[in-house]
Amino acid sequence: MKLAAAILIDGVIDASWLFIVAVGLTLVFGVLNILNFAHGSLFAVGAYAAASAVGWYYGGGLGPPFLGYLLMFGAALAVALILGPLMERGVLRFFYRRDEVVLVLVTYALFLILEDATKLIWGTESYYASEPYALLGNVSFFGLSYVGYDFALIGLAVVTGFLLWFGLNRTISGKIVLAVIHDRDISRAMGVNVTRVFAFAFTLGVFLAALGGAFTAPKISVQPGIGITVILLSFAVVVIGGLGSVEGAAIAALFVGFARAAAIHLVPWAELFIVYLVMALVLAFRPEGLFQRASARKI
Amino acid sequence: MSGIFGTLAAAVIACAALALAGYAAPNWLVLIATLAFSKGLVALGIVALMRGGLVSFGQGTFYCAGAYAAGMAMRSFEINDAALLVALGAVAGLILGVIIAPLLAGYRGIFFATLTLALSMIVYGILNKTYSLGGSDGLNLHAPSFFGYRPAASENASYALFLFTSLTTVIAAAMCRIHFDSVRGLLSHAARDNEIRVEYLGASVRWINGVNFAIAAALGGIGGALSALSLGHIDPDFAFWTTSGEFVFLAILSGYVSVTAVFVAAVLVELGRSYSSQYFPNTWQGALGVFLLLIILFLPGGLGSLALRLRVSRAKPEPAPAETLK
Repeated sequence: MKLAAAILIDGVIDASWLFIVAVGLTLVFGVLNILNFAHGSLFAVGAYAAASAVGWYYGGGLGPPFLGYLLMFGAALAVALILGPLMERGVLRFFYRRDEVVLVLVTYALFLILEDATKLIWGTESYYASEPYALLGNVSFFGLSYVGYDFALIGLAVVTGFLLWFGLNRTISGKIVLAVIHDRDISRAMGVNVTRVFAFAFTLGVFLAALGGAFTAPKISVQPGIGITVILLSFAVVVIGGLGSVEGAAIAALFVGFARAAAIHLVPWAELFIVYLVMALVLAFRPEGLFQRASARKI
Repeated sequence: MSGIFGTLAAAVIACAALALAGYAAPNWLVLIATLAFSKGLVALGIVALMRGGLVSFGQGTFYCAGAYAAGMAMRSFEINDAALLVALGAVAGLILGVIIAPLLAGYRGIFFATLTLALSMIVYGILNKTYSLGGSDGLNLHAPSFFGYRPAASENASYALFLFTSLTTVIAAAMCRIHFDSVRGLLSHAARDNEIRVEYLGASVRWINGVNFAIAAALGGIGGALSALSLGHIDPDFAFWTTSGEFVFLAILSGYVSVTAVFVAAVLVELGRSYSSQYFPNTWQGALGVFLLLIILFLPGGLGSLALRLRVSRAKPEPAPAETLK
């Protein structure tokens, strides 16, 4: 019972940050048709930016401790506003008419560049930003002690998911984005500024990656290589859920979270590949993921 | 086009030229070229797949299978002959490919790429925890013998391995060229353009892709076994996705027009890596990224398309039709 509870809670905690990152990846794929390999690096940049900001803020004792959260949010926003337009306008738009697989390679190149750029800016040593992690105290469940921050992270994931769903389905601009997802050529013909939607959606995707990174930073040591793990995990989430599906990303994040937690508690040696095993199994039975979108066959 | 005999003649000339060049070249260059040819063979497998419109991000699976097959044969069964070890690597890659192929048959584009990536990461994860195969540290191998000849000095050994690798590479490349120019090989091109049309013409796209996949798997195994022999070490990183990414990079850089271009690209990249790891170790990846972007932007057909353009422009005064290369 205690073990089941531990797996359940650990799984949901793991799923929360994974969802925030993966939903950004799926949004970018839905709108721009790009499976962004550099998404993990954007997560890493967000984590580095937040860790630096938090270190500077708490190191100097500059104000009330709780404002640190706002600062982490601000760091993610700043990363998105700088890198989003830079990558979309500066690089990706030259490749829009290319094949999907070629676009993956383009973002793979961006990933290589960003990995080295983060090493140049932040060096190779680890950053720690543990102050915000301890601020919310501890919570006890079934005799298991958990850090309050982890539950706040679940809340953040739920809010992010809801806002994204609401924004896409219940607002005019969201419906325009959905129209572009459905058919960009028809949308353009109807007078939608597709270029602007692309830039906006990509920047939002970058923001979600950076947000995931910024709010995960207090839990981990921020060091080179974290982006790689994250991109592979969120890749798996997005593919399991069905590319371009927000609901799919949520369910798949829980799937992956539980699988990882179960592996860690029950079969620790399988932790390294359990996610890919789940992904291969899902794809073997549902080739386009759990929430596949019906698409017209174009000949 | 020159036909089968032209290809065979070119292969014989290439072998002789490589043997002479290897004899004259300094030892470090011979070592780099050996490793580059081994990796080029794996990239050649991706090129075979690319001609049918598929890109695998998980060729590390077969590369690793070949390397471990050769490594285990050497350590457990004391098989030392390079030819036998490489043949075992090819068989290991091929068997794994034949097992995986039905699972992948229905996938195209990104789904094919991500599924192959997932499979390679499963292999990576399992090998990391299989302590009888060395776990994450891997295993060390000793120098092989060549058809009974066991080189004494290390310089002789690296030249012998280079000769053997060159021979294997040239044979594999010539066979690929002959296959690419055959009816089935050309059908891959057609399947890439429009699968439904090819099916209506009476050919099986499933079969075409299956054969290409098997070729890629066997080449991956050969490349893995040769790399294992030239590095003298195997570890799970052979199956890691960055290794697979490197092969895709090579395939994109060379393009799928020319077989020779794959090995030229491999040697260039390997040279670039050894120079930059010496002079600017922290920006090598980034430089590779910029380079990849430039290639995709300005040379979508890869290095091989340069040679084709040159040949076409020499034959006719008109410039080459760029569309046919896409």
